[in-house]
Amino acid sequence: MSRHIEETQKMIDEVMEVYPEKTKKDRAKHVKANDPTGSCASCQVKSNVKSRPGVMTVRGCAFAGAKGVVWGPVKDQVTISHGPVGCGQYSWWSRRNYYNGKTGIDTFGTMHITTDFQEKDIVYGGDKGLDAALHELKELFPLSRGIGILSECPVGLIGDDIEAVSKRVAKEFEIPIVPVRCEGFRGVSQSLGHHIANDTIRDYILGKGKLEKTTPYDVNIIGDYNIGGDAWASRKILEEMGLRVVAQWTGDSTVNEIAIAHQSKLNLIHCYRSMNYICRHMEEAYGIPWVEFNFFGPTKIYESIRNIAARFDDRIKENAEKVIAKYKSVMDALIEEYRPRLEGKKVMLYVGGLRPRHTIGAYEDLGMEVVASGYEFGHNDDYRRTYPEMKEGAVIMDDATLYEMEEFTRRLKPDMVGSGIKEKYSYHKMGVPFRQMHSWDYSGPYHGFDGFPVFARDMDMTVNSPTWGLIRRKKSS
Amino acid sequence: MKIRDHNELFKEQVYKEQFEKKKEFENPWPAEKVQEIADWTKTKEYREKNFQRKNVKINPAKACQPLGAVFCASGFAGAMPFVQGAQGCVAYFRSHLNRHFKEPMAAISTSMTEDAAVFGGLNNMLEGLENAYALYKPRMLAVCTTCMAEVIGDDLNAYIRQAKEKELIPRDLPVPFAHTPSFVGSHITGYDNMLKGILSTITAGKKGEQKQRLNIIPGFDTYMGNIREIKRMLKLMGVEHTVLADVSETYDSPNTGEYKLYPGGTPFDQAADSINSMATVALQKYSTLKTLDYIRKEWGQKAVSLSPIGIGNTDAMLEEISAITGKPVPQDLEDERGRVVDAMVDSHPYVHRKRFAMIGDPDLLLGLISFVMEMGGEPVHIVCTNGDKAFEAEAKALLASSPFGANGTVYNGKDMWHLRSLLFTEPVDLLLGNSYTKFLWKDTGTPLVRIGFPLFDRHHLHRYPIIGYQGALNMLTQIVNTVLDEMDRNTMDSASFDVIR
Repeated sequence: MSRHIEETQKMIDEVMEVYPEKTKKDRAKHVKANDPTGSCASCQVKSNVKSRPGVMTVRGCAFAGAKGVVWGPVKDQVTISHGPVGCGQYSWWSRRNYYNGKTGIDTFGTMHITTDFQEKDIVYGGDKGLDAALHELKELFPLSRGIGILSECPVGLIGDDIEAVSKRVAKEFEIPIVPVRCEGFRGVSQSLGHHIANDTIRDYILGKGKLEKTTPYDVNIIGDYNIGGDAWASRKILEEMGLRVVAQWTGDSTVNEIAIAHQSKLNLIHCYRSMNYICRHMEEAYGIPWVEFNFFGPTKIYESIRNIAARFDDRIKENAEKVIAKYKSVMDALIEEYRPRLEGKKVMLYVGGLRPRHTIGAYEDLGMEVVASGYEFGHNDDYRRTYPEMKEGAVIMDDATLYEMEEFTRRLKPDMVGSGIKEKYSYHKMGVPFRQMHSWDYSGPYHGFDGFPVFARDMDMTVNSPTWGLIRRKKSS
Repeated sequence: MKIRDHNELFKEQVYKEQFEKKKEFENPWPAEKVQEIADWTKTKEYREKNFQRKNVKINPAKACQPLGAVFCASGFAGAMPFVQGAQGCVAYFRSHLNRHFKEPMAAISTSMTEDAAVFGGLNNMLEGLENAYALYKPRMLAVCTTCMAEVIGDDLNAYIRQAKEKELIPRDLPVPFAHTPSFVGSHITGYDNMLKGILSTITAGKKGEQKQRLNIIPGFDTYMGNIREIKRMLKLMGVEHTVLADVSETYDSPNTGEYKLYPGGTPFDQAADSINSMATVALQKYSTLKTLDYIRKEWGQKAVSLSPIGIGNTDAMLEEISAITGKPVPQDLEDERGRVVDAMVDSHPYVHRKRFAMIGDPDLLLGLISFVMEMGGEPVHIVCTNGDKAFEAEAKALLASSPFGANGTVYNGKDMWHLRSLLFTEPVDLLLGNSYTKFLWKDTGTPLVRIGFPLFDRHHLHRYPIIGYQGALNMLTQIVNTVLDEMDRNTMDSASFDVIR
């Protein structure tokens, strides 16, 4: 074990000291010093297991994964938060999955539609009400191309049969009605919700549509939720390469794009965590290969463009080089402008999905170093992909608690932290520059050549805002 | 280098072309069809269908019980809100409050999963209490529930007792609890239940000599400026007071370069001694029904609810406080009143007979109806998702009390999609509501004044009071200047583009 790893491990051990015995033993397995080679067995973090009760985990639930992440952005589907009012209320247009359309008429993305369970629904069951709700919605929103029923906790506990209701009403309406069993108590985090949502895509929509004309250049963008327009910026690059993007899942997507995607030649997956399941299925069932890519920051974008082009003929490969050549000078000029202000700055990340590893390259393009990174709901395969991206002895944390994040901040002294809304304002109080890396802090896009300048500008304003300097620090006790 | 983010980027031609090309795969409806349906949703016929809806809410203006409960709990010094149930709920409560206040917010979940659904949540509760106490050293753990714990029927009282018997937490640690099923009532019910739970636990055995002091309960009030304002008014009057569930520092604390887990809240001993105050004044009625009832019955204390939104309501509250305490309303407050009334007189031409739509919590709506009528405006559509029959009756009576209320209708149990139909079929001049009503502003073009909760898309409004005379001035300023902004926008191409108004 190297000195770097040993020193970091010692620091981690100190932080763990405060926990009660059982929780300490458990949490210690989730926080490790990085070994980029992946060969140090004791450096592998444990992941995708239950959070300890009472520790203030940042994690959400299966409903958040299924409704908030995967199904919510499908724009021409009416998405019902089925159960009490809260879950839909708190996830109402909070992820900024941009889309084009006339909301309330042919698209429904910014709406909060709920069966608003009352006590009688708990006692007598909610199926009858759901059936009636579906009819009311069909009448009010005749242009909806589908209806999604996203279950909240009580639905699964009281034994409702939403599948039967869906089946019956779907036949009557002749549009897909998708029952999604994503009750919040299922699984250990958002992650199971992604999986459940993928399974329902497979069972209810995928393969049911027909693409009139196919080409050898047909691809799907999978796992891009178009936050702040990310998927649009990525799509632009792919189209410039000469590829034809058939489906965009699920940011700005339509039910039809989900139904016809099986006719594409290649799946390009950005957020591996939330949609790898459907890629594996499409590979098995339709023989469609998939390739992971990373459109954060020029280094990774160039690499990804070439990697994607390698799957196609010379025309695409030549186009790829042209696209890179077209944007390289702009990217170089941008880095020249921003790098001097950001060089050597240390970053701590604690996010979800793909960002804890995918954004590292973009920070490095700006001369910054990610000294700690972690996932809210990652699995082993995410961590395996992360170790080589980070330096030896960096902190890797899984399902970190508020307490741990504060302690690591105190000890590692990052120049900025990238995490979520629940963390944001504690860092503001600490006077540590902070950027939300789930919602891009209402900015974006961050993907692609159009996104990187926004990323660079935002990181610069985060680290270099004069407001941090106004804070008059009380002597800490 | 000029950086273009989403605000500008996607207006570029290259993206317009991309969007157009993408339609090939979208299976979109023909533009004429979309327009036809869009027009149809503006009709009386659609409104009728919309109002026949009984089984689904579309853009409702309410949250669930435990949100109100954790909000309430966070108003006591050193108290950690502790939620028995699935963990996603707590992530949602925290982020929801973070987004409104732009402040940190701590709350704990017991992370219940499938096994708890089968065997009950006892183990989660025990381990949760032990961990929370060890990590966050709370002065009090205030327990409420998500719908999961309620559906499976967790016995909070027994679980907490066990945790103490097993010495996982100290025996003398106050652990009040409230059952807060999200399928009953709304966030205001949860606030009420938690407050009653906390007060009944921490005041037990504290009954002593009565003190010349008032208890103030703000209710589910998300304006930190309101709490500061009531304190200021009482200080001017020389009235000693204890604010129960004082969230003003919790959600608006100074930046000192240090993150405090417990930045403020009612000090524990003061809260415990509230049983000995001479009376309790709640600034909201419908979020404190059970608590006031409890205070009257169990403490034998006078307890009244007086929402000081608008001039008349503020007068009434100050007079009542004066009557209870024997302290006169000071000249300073009288002068403030005079200044606000002067401002209202100055602005009246721009508000008189303007038609208002409003949506929000029951107490806020009652205050707004009253204030709008005082300005000479007409409350027309009053939409409440989470009101009860008593609220409906009270709102109707209030409208009937003034000629300016003659055109007002109370729509109880309705949502923003109902309001959309109302705004299309019976247009108004101004809309008062939370940030989500911006979609109504967009669809119907009704000028919007942001008042309520949540306010996500405008900064710092919650730092300014909307109660008291000062609050009336703030609302007047917001309302009249929205009218004037709108007037400028509408007269840009005409001679009416006046500089003096």
